[in-house]
Amino acid sequence: MKRQVAIVGGGQTYHASRRHDVNQVELVNEAVRAALADAQMTMDDIDAVLVGNMEFFEGCHMTDCWLVDGSGAYGKPGLKITTGGTVGATIVVAGAHHVASGLFDRVLCIGFEKQEEGDTSAILSAVAHPLFGRSLAGAATGYFAMLAASYMHAYGAKEEHAAMVAVKARQNARKNAYAHLKLDISVEDVLNSRMLAYPLHLLDMCPISNGACALILADEQTARDRCQKPVWIRAAETAHNEQFELDWRDVTTTKPIFSRVCAGRLYKKLGVDDPATFFDVFEVYEPATWAEIIWYEDLGLCGPGEGFRLVEEGKTEIGGPMPVNPSGGVLSTNCIGASAMLRIWEAALQIRGDAGEHQVPKDVNWALTTAYGGTNWTVMTALSRQWEE
Amino acid sequence: MADRVAIVGVAQTRFSPRRADASYAELAYEVIERVLAETGLEIERDIDNTISCSHDIWDGQTISNIGITDVIGGHLRTEEKMAMDGATAVYYGAIGILSGEFDCTLLLAHTKMSQTNRNVVNNVAFDPVYTRLLGFDYTSAAALQARRYMHVYGISAEQVARVVVKNLGNAVRNPAAFHGQRVSLDEVLSAPVVADPIRVLDIAPDADGAVALILASEEKARAVLDTPAWVLGLGACYDAHYLGDRDLAECMALERAAGMAYRMAGLSDPRRQIDLVELGDEFAYQELLWLEGLGLCERGGGGRLTESGATAIDGALPVNPSGGLLGGVPANVAGLNRVAEAALQIMGRADGHQSPGVEIAVAQGHSGFCGQHHCVVVLGKEPR
Repeated sequence: MKRQVAIVGGGQTYHASRRHDVNQVELVNEAVRAALADAQMTMDDIDAVLVGNMEFFEGCHMTDCWLVDGSGAYGKPGLKITTGGTVGATIVVAGAHHVASGLFDRVLCIGFEKQEEGDTSAILSAVAHPLFGRSLAGAATGYFAMLAASYMHAYGAKEEHAAMVAVKARQNARKNAYAHLKLDISVEDVLNSRMLAYPLHLLDMCPISNGACALILADEQTARDRCQKPVWIRAAETAHNEQFELDWRDVTTTKPIFSRVCAGRLYKKLGVDDPATFFDVFEVYEPATWAEIIWYEDLGLCGPGEGFRLVEEGKTEIGGPMPVNPSGGVLSTNCIGASAMLRIWEAALQIRGDAGEHQVPKDVNWALTTAYGGTNWTVMTALSRQWEE
Repeated sequence: MADRVAIVGVAQTRFSPRRADASYAELAYEVIERVLAETGLEIERDIDNTISCSHDIWDGQTISNIGITDVIGGHLRTEEKMAMDGATAVYYGAIGILSGEFDCTLLLAHTKMSQTNRNVVNNVAFDPVYTRLLGFDYTSAAALQARRYMHVYGISAEQVARVVVKNLGNAVRNPAAFHGQRVSLDEVLSAPVVADPIRVLDIAPDADGAVALILASEEKARAVLDTPAWVLGLGACYDAHYLGDRDLAECMALERAAGMAYRMAGLSDPRRQIDLVELGDEFAYQELLWLEGLGLCERGGGGRLTESGATAIDGALPVNPSGGLLGGVPANVAGLNRVAEAALQIMGRADGHQSPGVEIAVAQGHSGFCGQHHCVVVLGKEPR
């Protein structure tokens, strides 16, 4: 990119399954105000406003247009992007490009979903091809059930391993004031929770959350002049998988797939040989427990079939050598349009040392985030504390 | 700007009221194949970013770019979808290239209006709490805007009807348009009323179709062709959502978007410097109002400018020589079609509706009812 770009502020709502006290505009406004306060800015400082949200989830066409009173976009340039679960990260990358282009110095990025106003699972079954896929109506649960079964069959992992991820996420969430599912649960609780689709139990899946996240990105000059702790966006990569290439739900596939291809490109850009030691913290987009285990492998934190061992050994706990989702992750909070942005914001908080109770107990200089959406799409970002040439 | 961006290729389907023979992915494939063949570019080798532009609710599929990931070349590559009018895709695509991150970007806009009901789709664009339940759609909102505009500035129904006569006449000369016809002022003024003062011929008809366009950095552009259309200026702006929060006779958002684009393009006297306009005449009166918002005539002067013949295809400032949206262009595709038509004029490739000597052209698109979000793109024959 032509100019360096930093995250100079951010904010999120308290996430919950019911937010009857606010409409979508007011929900978004909570995150926008928090981000402006964090950046010590007002809307007068903002040059453009970018919004990410899936209009079908709430049944509102052109939400960006309705949102202007809450997003602050009135009288300003902006646009809306809709790339599914990835959109929160896509918006941040779009914001980084806006700043890098030299046309804008400070850009407000917003991701949100108010899922209680629609039926996301029903709408997600309409993601599939209208002629060849929709009648399967699998949505996210069906898809991750197939992925999990394939993984267990291939590598001998047990439901207990996924349950450990579920416990880690919700125990971490208890340390995160903003998280939705702050559950004091055990492995037994997960295994005893209702079966959704074998081998996925209720507690293996993310919740349906309402919430918003907003980030303010700025050019180098603004970041150095006005921000105590800028977090630099060092690299970003996107890879989308085509919908009919899904036979890789066989986890032993040797085909190039979105996650490995994307990580490979990102690491090459940054010259990363060993991601497990290069990055100090990871925030990954795991709609289901098994997805987190597979992220470990696709990100190269361990070899194929070894992901569930990392969980067993506690390597990815908050205090472990490679902490993954100290925030509680998507398993604890999933307001879809915001989820990928929350990964980036939580990673930024870790780098700033501002994560509070869920701050990892070590120096955080580099963080890696992933997003997950569409028919297996991802957007990854690498963030750092310092910008060294 | 330090670096430059240009449009190196354009392909459009022939727009049609109903393309039952093709899914939206097949429409997309049709134009992507053509634009690649025309430019000699290859997806794997040359294209490093793709952006599609459509709306899930029009497409009847959430995250609908899932349906075109393959044909746009998105598999294992960078692909994005924006839910805006297509002009904003050019704005966003150009920003990606100016950022230094991308070299060559494939843009696509597609909509099959025949698959759904515009009134229902339009209605859910109104906020769900206060205005949606009133049963608004874009046409009924536009009727309020038209009335207000005509009242404040004394615009006559005849002046608005002249836009219809001109644009439908221009569309006859444009092979991509389907709604071209020679109509008289009387025929326009006696057409059935849909929402007073808007009559049937004042409304852009339902259409199916797709447009693909390739943007490239200067180096890449020069390698593709000698005469690209240079992107000189970009601007965008949101207005308020609620109709009661806006004075519908004014267009603050368009004025700001145009101001931003003209500044970037270094246009100090747009009325003299701009040779041609392609704008979003979703409803006929909007051509007059948007011309004012673009600063191409004084406030309230859109009617007189049109009466003078200046905006005719052979006038001093041709406006919508393609026939515009009244000629039959799908929603959302609208703005990308505006930019594509302006680019074809700059490149001298506008077939039957070419205007001579176009050095600088401006394209405008809008999203939302009564033009809540505007995007302005200035194109030039010479880079700045």
